[in-house]
Amino acid sequence: MKYIFQATNIYKKYENHQALTDVSISVPRQGIFGLLGPNGAGKTTLIRIINQIIAPDNGKLFFLDEKLQPFHIERIGYLPEERGLYKKMKVGEQALYLARLKNVNSSDARKSLKEWFEKFDLMPWWDRKVEELSKGMQQKLQFIITILHKPDLLIFDEPFSGFDPINVNLLKSEILKLKEQGTSIIFSTHNMSSVEELCDHIALINKSEKILDGRLDEIKSAHSNQIFTLEIGELKEPLEKLLTPFATLLRTENGANDVVKARVKIDKGYNANDLIKHILPNAHFHGFREELPSMNDIFIKTVTGKYPMELKEEDLKKHLEDIDSPNQVINQNSPS
Amino acid sequence: MNKTFTIIKREYLSRVKKKSFIVMTILGPLLMAALVIVPVYIAQLSDSVYEVAIVDDTRLFYNEFSDANNVKFTDLNIDVDSAIELMKAGKFDAVLHIPTTAFQAPSTLRIFTEKAINMNAKLYMESVLRNEFELMKLAHAGIDPETLKATETKISITAIRMLKDGHEQTDYPEVSMGLGIFSGILIYFFVFLFGAQVMRGVMEEKSNRIVEIIVSSVKPFQLMMGKILGIAMVGLTQFLIWIFLTFAIISMVSVAMPDVFRFTPQENIYISASQSLNPGELQQQMQQIQQHNTAAGQIMEGLRSINFGIMIFSFIFYFLGGYLLYAALFAAIGSAVDNEADTQQFMLPITIPMIFAIVMAQMVMNNPAGPIAYWLSIIPLTSPIIMMVRIPFGVPVTDLVLSASLLILGFLGTTWLAGKIYRTGILMYGKKVSYKDLFKWIKRTD
Repeated sequence: MKYIFQATNIYKKYENHQALTDVSISVPRQGIFGLLGPNGAGKTTLIRIINQIIAPDNGKLFFLDEKLQPFHIERIGYLPEERGLYKKMKVGEQALYLARLKNVNSSDARKSLKEWFEKFDLMPWWDRKVEELSKGMQQKLQFIITILHKPDLLIFDEPFSGFDPINVNLLKSEILKLKEQGTSIIFSTHNMSSVEELCDHIALINKSEKILDGRLDEIKSAHSNQIFTLEIGELKEPLEKLLTPFATLLRTENGANDVVKARVKIDKGYNANDLIKHILPNAHFHGFREELPSMNDIFIKTVTGKYPMELKEEDLKKHLEDIDSPNQVINQNSPS
Repeated sequence: MNKTFTIIKREYLSRVKKKSFIVMTILGPLLMAALVIVPVYIAQLSDSVYEVAIVDDTRLFYNEFSDANNVKFTDLNIDVDSAIELMKAGKFDAVLHIPTTAFQAPSTLRIFTEKAINMNAKLYMESVLRNEFELMKLAHAGIDPETLKATETKISITAIRMLKDGHEQTDYPEVSMGLGIFSGILIYFFVFLFGAQVMRGVMEEKSNRIVEIIVSSVKPFQLMMGKILGIAMVGLTQFLIWIFLTFAIISMVSVAMPDVFRFTPQENIYISASQSLNPGELQQQMQQIQQHNTAAGQIMEGLRSINFGIMIFSFIFYFLGGYLLYAALFAAIGSAVDNEADTQQFMLPITIPMIFAIVMAQMVMNNPAGPIAYWLSIIPLTSPIIMMVRIPFGVPVTDLVLSASLLILGFLGTTWLAGKIYRTGILMYGKKVSYKDLFKWIKRTD
């Protein structure tokens, strides 16, 4: 029972393209699992398979070590990327209706809806039509609807798109609270900064295949570039000379109180210990820390094979467009 | 199943609570009645009096025109030109000139007007003159007009069907025709009206993007069926309220104006007439029959001969069957497209059988037991309309059973087909779908 959800060797083919090729993921319990990947990689297909909206061509699915079955959808909450509500239906009535479809009985649904509505300041809108709500309020309503039936597994597909920063923070804190209470969460996004903030585990899908998988901190150290920042006071010898056999000096910067900040890349065959051992007798240390690559860098490195700084400008632009494009898709498709 | 019921409930209540539904349901029968009554009322009320001056050079006919229908006649014993001057001065709307040669050459008759002619007035003047000229011709030929009138005979053969159980039944084909075509057209409208509601509902869910949220709780097929059945209930509710209101209005009218609905059942007279051997008595009874043989009496008599229980029951069955058959297809179309404009290409194959059925209804009425009527009332795509046209004429039970079973199979088939298109279509955005895609979706097996 270590994992709330497992998918093994999933294949899915559409008429003209392969959406998923031999993808396996294991979503740990009570954690936030980031499902990452460029546009069109197959993330939404995988999420739809987990929600039993579509069936895989091949592969096995398990919910808490049981084979995934139709009744499990009542224990899953799903906030799709492309989401909406009945515009003409009243807010409270609609939330109750969608809760009923998850088999929550009316009085329970009403009770917990009221709690959530109070919390999110939606109570005065109970009897208004959804179209009268602002976009942000509609998003809050959708969030409430997703979690109302107290699912064991929550799936958020780009949950923050369309939110203002205040509501993004509200939502993040609610998601973290749910995690504390024992909910497991799958979190699909292009927003790498929120991945670093929230996720414990990630899986990266590219061109229908899973290319990276694991704990976020482990992935980050595995992608270490061996770049360190040194903060040094008095030096007995010039820094460059001290570093020579072990590392390359990338940049220096003069800080306050004669402290020098140096960015250093340790050469192959050596490690941080060697460097410290060598410099320690000759310098007065103020600070020493590893500069881990950002999730954004790892994402681009894994997908394109190069770090952003190594990419040519036009390549980078292309990849950034890939990453940004979900918003464009939404605009193209929106009925207005 | 529980969830399908929740969906049916929402689809039903959200429509029934709409103002437009309440207004249409209550006002529908009243509007229909108003549509018949108001034009008649307006025609009687509003038209200003049409003034016609008669210049009768023969001085034979001017007295025969009587004022009626908002037309007023004035005899002017002056010459035509002066009469036309008066008309131009605005004293008259038209001048009828009967020259001395009129009787020998009716083509010399003239009506002068400034504006377009009032057709009613023209037709009336023509009929008066035709009548008078005929009388004069009869007089010339030495025939007494009374004799001629006595020879006039109206023939209407009573159709008696010999039923298998030995009973005889008087047929009223005119009434059956009216009732048949009326129910056929009603089915046509109901199917299209509520079928289109299904399509729009599906498109709404798709363009609202609520569909993915819902299908993460229920199966796409449940959502589709819930919508189709919910809207079917809306249609049934509307129909039953209409039936109820219509009967209420009729009984109110019959209390207020009892003459319209009072008549002696004819069968009794026929029976006693055929039993009687005395020629004098027979003649007397024939006269009685003729008295009852008014048009209104005929229609009422015909309506009485129809079994309304069967009519209403079969209407509900064929409405539901036809609706379910087509609504599934409408749902499939709604799921496959992104906007209303794209529905056109897929609507055609659905509309053609329905329109074909309406066009063929005339032929079916002329020969309600013929092969065309038979086949069209058996094939599920046309049977809801054509069978309703046939039923007032009487249909063998075997035909009914066959047609009904095929219709049930038909809608199970289209629902199965539509379900396959639907579950793929609702998640497909931003792609213009072709028939080829639809076939691929149907063939897909997951």
